[in-house]
Amino acid sequence: MALAKRIIPCLDVDNGRVVKGVQFVDIRDAGDPVEVARRYNEQGADEITFLDITATHEGRDTTVHTVERMASEVFIPLTVGGGIRTVDDIRTMLNAGADKVGINSAAVSNPDFVRAASDRFGAQCIVVAIDAKKVSSPGEESRWEIFTHGGRQPTGIDALAWADKMAQFGAGEILLTSMDRDGTKNGFDLALTRAISDRVDIPVIASGGVGNLEHLAEGVLQGKADAVLAASIFHFGEYSVMEAKHYMAEKGIEMRL
Amino acid sequence: MNQNTSTSTSTNTNKIVVIDYGMGNLHSVASALSHVAPDAEVVISADPEQVRSADRVVFPGVGAIRDCMGAIRTEGVDRVVAEFIATGKPLLAICVGMQALLRHSEENQGITCLGLLAGEVRFFGKNLHDGAGNHMKVPHMGWNQVQQNAKHPLWEDIEQNARFYFVHSFYVACESVNDASVAGTCDYNTEFVAAISKENVFAVQFHPEKSHTAGLQLLRNFSQWNGQASSETELEKAAK
Repeated sequence: MALAKRIIPCLDVDNGRVVKGVQFVDIRDAGDPVEVARRYNEQGADEITFLDITATHEGRDTTVHTVERMASEVFIPLTVGGGIRTVDDIRTMLNAGADKVGINSAAVSNPDFVRAASDRFGAQCIVVAIDAKKVSSPGEESRWEIFTHGGRQPTGIDALAWADKMAQFGAGEILLTSMDRDGTKNGFDLALTRAISDRVDIPVIASGGVGNLEHLAEGVLQGKADAVLAASIFHFGEYSVMEAKHYMAEKGIEMRL
Repeated sequence: MNQNTSTSTSTNTNKIVVIDYGMGNLHSVASALSHVAPDAEVVISADPEQVRSADRVVFPGVGAIRDCMGAIRTEGVDRVVAEFIATGKPLLAICVGMQALLRHSEENQGITCLGLLAGEVRFFGKNLHDGAGNHMKVPHMGWNQVQQNAKHPLWEDIEQNARFYFVHSFYVACESVNDASVAGTCDYNTEFVAAISKENVFAVQFHPEKSHTAGLQLLRNFSQWNGQASSETELEKAAK
């Protein structure tokens, strides 16, 4: 008996439609979020992450109504991220049926927000999303820094130190996205994932770059991730979530089948 | 909803109150209950009158035990819950709701809980590693297997070792609970109590409302449970 590693399909939602950009540019339409979430649930997804990708850019509130519909049909954990900046934003999403919220830019501009949110709602529902990019030159010891605003805004903050700080401030989990890999289908940044997962005591979700099932398995076996997140490989029907779970189980990874 | 006709009896209604004391997301629990028991009246409330008129009660809880216990006492939920349990009607406690029913938790430098059930709540610990050297993260978050230690109506139609969704950093120690009350166990670094059964009370560490098929089945079983801990025996079943 052991805790299973999780597969988390991610729905990037723009104006009520699931989309997935390649490095946040080329956007393809992948359907109604509730319908997509229901399909993933039936395929054995362990959780669903709903990311309102336009929220931070345009200050748009995430679509509460979509979250409500999703939460009333899909009885697995649901994380909502994108534009979560205040305690009220969190309350709104939890009341709509989210189980966790993802905090990204607002944590960078005000780390105490994470502490306040965790104190108020509990660490179990606070996911800190970290977008990291490699900043070291080839030959140097690897170093990553965090970026905000969809990878466009550098912050100069070291990713490992930041992950540590967020765990201390009461994050219950870290959603770690490699901005170098996101949308490339070249696989996770395994060195980054491993470094963060070794560093913090809380679970780490690897994200960014999944192009095939081997990448998912690598995220756990080499990256030491507790969960793996992917979007496009599931959206366009290349693989079902259950196929991915069977593949990972064959690699010796504990899965919920 | 129940019709107020002279022929209706209370057994025709099924009012489930999810106790709201301001801690966390009760909508998931309520919507999962409505999903599995479409004829039930599901109410989210802390009003003692609502709880008194309930056929069954769900006692949830998330977050830190200090804050939960504070809210429970401030809102008078401690008395309401104790009074409801004394009626013999079914009560399901979930996650921190389960921990709140016990005697004591070591979270927040030690908190005295309701003491309605025997049991001690402990911290998993920091920087845990399994035998193979893998870093075991805390909170214990995700889908883990629950071993059913006894037959119980709430386990009906749920496979032995089915996976449920957990998220918690503190656990109920096996040795602190009477063996007869341990309805289910789970393993994460240590074996811990995943479910407690005592008469009309069933308490679970995991989140049935987030545990897909197995969790929904448990809630369905709860929505039909009469509050008697002993399951129908095989003989009784065969007699039908």
